Amino acid sequence: MRSLENIFWLGTKELRSFFRDWVLLAFVVYSFSLAIIAQAQSNSQELHNASIAIVDEDHSVLSRRIAAAFLPPYFKPPVYVEERDIDRLMNTGRYTFVIDIPPHFERDVLGDRKPALQIAVDATAMVQAGIGSGYAAQIISTEISNFVTRSEASIIPAVTLSTHMAFNPNATTGWFSSVMGIINSITMLAIILAGAAVVREREHGTMDHLLVMPLTPFEIAMSKIWANAVIITGAVGLSLIFIVERLLDVPIAGSIPLFMVGVVIYLFFATAIGLFLATIARTMPQLGLLYILVAVPLNMLSGATTPLESMPQFLRTIMQASPSTHFVAYAQAILYRGAGLEIVWPRFAAVAVIGGIFLALAIRRFRNSSAYSS
Amino acid sequence: MKDSRLDTAVHLEHVTHAYGHVLALDHVSLHIPKSCIVGLIGPDGVGKSSLLSLVSGARKIQAGSVIVLDADMTRAAEREAICPRIAYMPQGLGKNLYPDLSVRENIEFFARLFGQARAEREERIADLLHSTGLTPFGDRPAKKLSGGMRQKLGLCCALIHDPDLLILDEPTTGVDPLSRRQFWQLIGRMRARQAEMSVIVATAYMEEAEQFDWLVAMDGGKILASGAPLELKAKTASNTIEKAFISLLPASQKVGHRELKIPPRRDDGNEPVIVARGLTRRFGDFTAVDHVSFNIGRGEIFGFLGSNGCGKTTTMKMLTGLLPSTEGSATLLGRPIDAEDMNSRKRVGYMSQSFSLYTELTVRQNLELHARLFHLPRDEMEQRIRYLLWRFGLTHYVDKLAEDLPLGIRQRLSLAVAVVHEPEVLILDEPTSGVDPIARDNFWELLIDLSRKNGVTIFVSTHFMNEAARCDRVALMNAGRVLAMDTPANLVKARGAATLEQAFIEYLEEAEGASSTRTGDAELVTAVPVKTIHEVSPPKEQKYFSPRRMLAYTIRESLELLRDPIRLGFALAGTAFLMLVVGFGITTDVNSLSFAALDRDNSFESRAYLGELRGSAYFVEEPPIKDVADLQERLKSGQVNATVEIPPGFGRDIRRGRPTEVGVWIDGAMPFRAETIREYLEGVHRQFLSDPAIRGHGALADATVPADIETRFRYNQDFDSIYAMVPSTIAMQLALIPAILMALAIVREKELGSITNLYVTPVTRLEFLLGKQIPYIAVAMLNFVNLFLMAIFIFQVPLKGSFFTLALGALIYVTATTGYGMLISSFTRTQIAALFGTAILTVLPATMFSGMLTPISSITGFGAVLGRLFPMTYFVPISVGTFTKGLRFADLAHHLAMLALFVPALTILSLLLLRKQET
Repeated sequence: MRSLENIFWLGTKELRSFFRDWVLLAFVVYSFSLAIIAQAQSNSQELHNASIAIVDEDHSVLSRRIAAAFLPPYFKPPVYVEERDIDRLMNTGRYTFVIDIPPHFERDVLGDRKPALQIAVDATAMVQAGIGSGYAAQIISTEISNFVTRSEASIIPAVTLSTHMAFNPNATTGWFSSVMGIINSITMLAIILAGAAVVREREHGTMDHLLVMPLTPFEIAMSKIWANAVIITGAVGLSLIFIVERLLDVPIAGSIPLFMVGVVIYLFFATAIGLFLATIARTMPQLGLLYILVAVPLNMLSGATTPLESMPQFLRTIMQASPSTHFVAYAQAILYRGAGLEIVWPRFAAVAVIGGIFLALAIRRFRNSSAYSS
Repeated sequence: MKDSRLDTAVHLEHVTHAYGHVLALDHVSLHIPKSCIVGLIGPDGVGKSSLLSLVSGARKIQAGSVIVLDADMTRAAEREAICPRIAYMPQGLGKNLYPDLSVRENIEFFARLFGQARAEREERIADLLHSTGLTPFGDRPAKKLSGGMRQKLGLCCALIHDPDLLILDEPTTGVDPLSRRQFWQLIGRMRARQAEMSVIVATAYMEEAEQFDWLVAMDGGKILASGAPLELKAKTASNTIEKAFISLLPASQKVGHRELKIPPRRDDGNEPVIVARGLTRRFGDFTAVDHVSFNIGRGEIFGFLGSNGCGKTTTMKMLTGLLPSTEGSATLLGRPIDAEDMNSRKRVGYMSQSFSLYTELTVRQNLELHARLFHLPRDEMEQRIRYLLWRFGLTHYVDKLAEDLPLGIRQRLSLAVAVVHEPEVLILDEPTSGVDPIARDNFWELLIDLSRKNGVTIFVSTHFMNEAARCDRVALMNAGRVLAMDTPANLVKARGAATLEQAFIEYLEEAEGASSTRTGDAELVTAVPVKTIHEVSPPKEQKYFSPRRMLAYTIRESLELLRDPIRLGFALAGTAFLMLVVGFGITTDVNSLSFAALDRDNSFESRAYLGELRGSAYFVEEPPIKDVADLQERLKSGQVNATVEIPPGFGRDIRRGRPTEVGVWIDGAMPFRAETIREYLEGVHRQFLSDPAIRGHGALADATVPADIETRFRYNQDFDSIYAMVPSTIAMQLALIPAILMALAIVREKELGSITNLYVTPVTRLEFLLGKQIPYIAVAMLNFVNLFLMAIFIFQVPLKGSFFTLALGALIYVTATTGYGMLISSFTRTQIAALFGTAILTVLPATMFSGMLTPISSITGFGAVLGRLFPMTYFVPISVGTFTKGLRFADLAHHLAMLALFVPALTILSLLLLRKQET
């Protein structure tokens, strides 16, 4: 009881300090508004505005129909280029796709001689090259089939594949990246806010002051955790409702309260690791470098940037120990797929346990690291 | 007017200076005579430092005129012309020195800033080291010097260019009395050599001021009086400057001030409250506290007297349990000190050296917070706070923020907070440093009251002699040891000295005679003749750009970086670590996707279809789906990435040539993964259709396209993302850490105060920025080589194109990314803000909007703007181009040119935002 009181009153002090620091406040607002909007609008996850060129050596009706079939928003309008320019244009990265339609292509198609059409793909444009080449092949074969079937008798293809996207019917980037942006911002902010709060107290000498009062390191640590968690939880809630749902029009399938519970559990971990790093770093620059080394991998490998399925097995295994991976997984489950507590609770538990471990480590080192600071 | 200027060193006319709404200088007009020592006296926060920084040109003049040595300091051209003739030593021990650099390197740095060539430099340094007695310590890092030696080094740095005006801001605060005396002897000798040199000194020690030629007494941003010390004393009919100063103060401040009377202490003979036995603390091979023993009785005021760094704070930290002792034991209130013992903590109050309250809270909030943390009952708390506000004279300030309080009031608040729970023991670490004499007396009145009336035991440290004289007993400390311990009167008697200060000096001299770690200043050096080289200062000084001055910063920054192995280690190993993690972790080759099937047909054809799927290297099968509800559940829980449903009669329909449809649901939560799954599934579907076993039915033959569509993955036949991701990751690594290191390097100077050297020496902003940037470019290029080798040997990504082009691109690129950090640092003030800013403004554009994963042409909206303004966007094509596309210089000239544009643009922006004077 006394302990809870201490934690509460110390935490109110954290809140007061936070709301007086305008620069910090501005950064929090930026990371949960403009940064989210920028990521949502980026279209980085889908085929969008891909640049395409066509070398038309056939100059036939069919070749023109193929060119006309590449439409926005997937592709930019195709540009006609000469064959000899292909290398140069692809080298400089002007075009991701170049389609080469050989001479007499239409005649050979109609003559059933199976002519070869080439799609050259810049295989260094990773996200687009893979998806885009499939789209391009699909578009071309559809055009050719339509062209052929119209000139002959129409045949309904016997076996079709009907694909449906569950939870995000058009595979829109914004739906995904807005929420992943929030998750990234949470990791970036929670760690540094909690860590800097400790280093700052140490640099200003107030940490010594607290440690000679009848307060335990646990109480000091918990007060920082709850105060920072309240700030970020508030920012996440507002961002989710006003930026993601209202402004970006992303439909949220699942329960926002359940997601917020998940956010709080994750924040417990993120602030605890921030405190832990603060007990290792002696100065602010050291905290800064440590923070980059921790926050960047936590974010980039969590499955919020590229799919977890693409990582080598050993990294996937390691990342199973990272709460950021679980957070991304349960955020996706709750918000997109409408999963309930019965599905996500094991991941909640995992994050809470890992957070607890870091908190315990931080508390163990607390007194020690303070003693050597000055 | 002209005539009076001739013998005037500094002339101020109606100078007013404000920080926000706080007025530091209020219409100050003053003539300071030439060729003598002028003292600026008054407590902290009365405008002394502001005045000196205006005179030195470090701070921008807001209003009024400042004429120094005939130069108008409001005019940039005149100021720059005169600044080589002024030397300025800012407040704080060695604040403009570089702690990681050795004594010699520090002086060399300043010599280079004043454009001295090697021969001249070395001669001057040898001369200065010799006359300050620092010659034996030439190679010792500045951070390992004692306070007194640090100030001597500061003086060497200030005197390297033979200034006509020497400005010293509290040069002896926190220095032991012996060093203080030696410092003034040194100044005296320097002036003997250069009779025309004027010296302006600010000091809080009134005793020092007695010896100056001319004094200016200041209070509240105004000049109280000026004149020779004797004049001032005569005017106020006082026998000391301290008394003269107090009587000069306006009447309102003197209310209630009287000579402090200390009632004698009754020794109750009970067992001591604090006992230390052989208390020792070592940090590595450095002994901070060396076998210190004492007993302190109930209600006693026990003083610790000594210079900064002599072990006072460490001893106090051991007594509070903040720091475990290496050796020896201590008891507090009869119990051994135990950091975990909550009950004894409730009986102790502690005030640490720095102001340790929350400056962002008001007076009441501070008191309430502490009362709550000590669990005072609510009604008692109200009463106690009201009593404390009254007792400590804080009622007037109750709703003010602590940061807005004058220092003396803050210290009172600190003490009020320390006694909020009525402790039996008070441990106070330099509670009055920087507090004016009257406020100090008031503070001591409170202490005496607590001791005599409430029986509180007080353990206090100080470097003021008159405060030490008020203690019941004092311990004189030096270099971790107690030199002597007794009542002040007995100490004076034992040495047969006139004052406690004199006694302390004698104890110090005795201690130093025993150990030879410090040289007494050899009096013989006074004989060193004034060197003739002093007259041959370089007449031609490059005004706008001097490579030598720039190199001064480069050499200094490099030395600092080399001596901070943690920072350098993070910079090199950290980059390599991130490269490994990101290089292996971020790929777009999606594998081991999980699918589950719902086969409602279970025919040869349906099994063949699923067989194709199982044969695919991309998919991993999960147990089959039972029904539609199960299908939804599995997708929802994320157990499977996709489901495949084969309708009843699938095989029959195929055989009869009737249309049929395979239904697929893909988890669209991650669009990129979903799109990739769709691609893979369509590939599998096409393969099924062209399977001879199926085509054998004949009905399917016509469904195939009458042309071969060949997809050729150029540059990367296997379409393996590592060939694109590793070169892009190199680009990312060369953006993050160099920018952060650079930003911190500049903001650090702002926060630690050495930025003053930019303000008061001839170095220009461009020389400063470029000089500091060069070492970080070097570190980044080292990182580039490292990353390049990792790409080739660890990731096995061969370089197909021109190495020269890649290296050239990298060089321009890291110049741009360090420039990016430089730009951010030019508008941030604190390290934490610079860190935040750089992290937020580099990580997002680097990972999302610079073409690492998605081509630039596809990114739209605000992200596209962020991406195009970030240099990485233009280096990714160079890195990927040379590694994977096999490109050469001509192919990439355009990108190189774009990248090169960033360098001048970022430099010019940083120059515009960086100030040459403090505001």
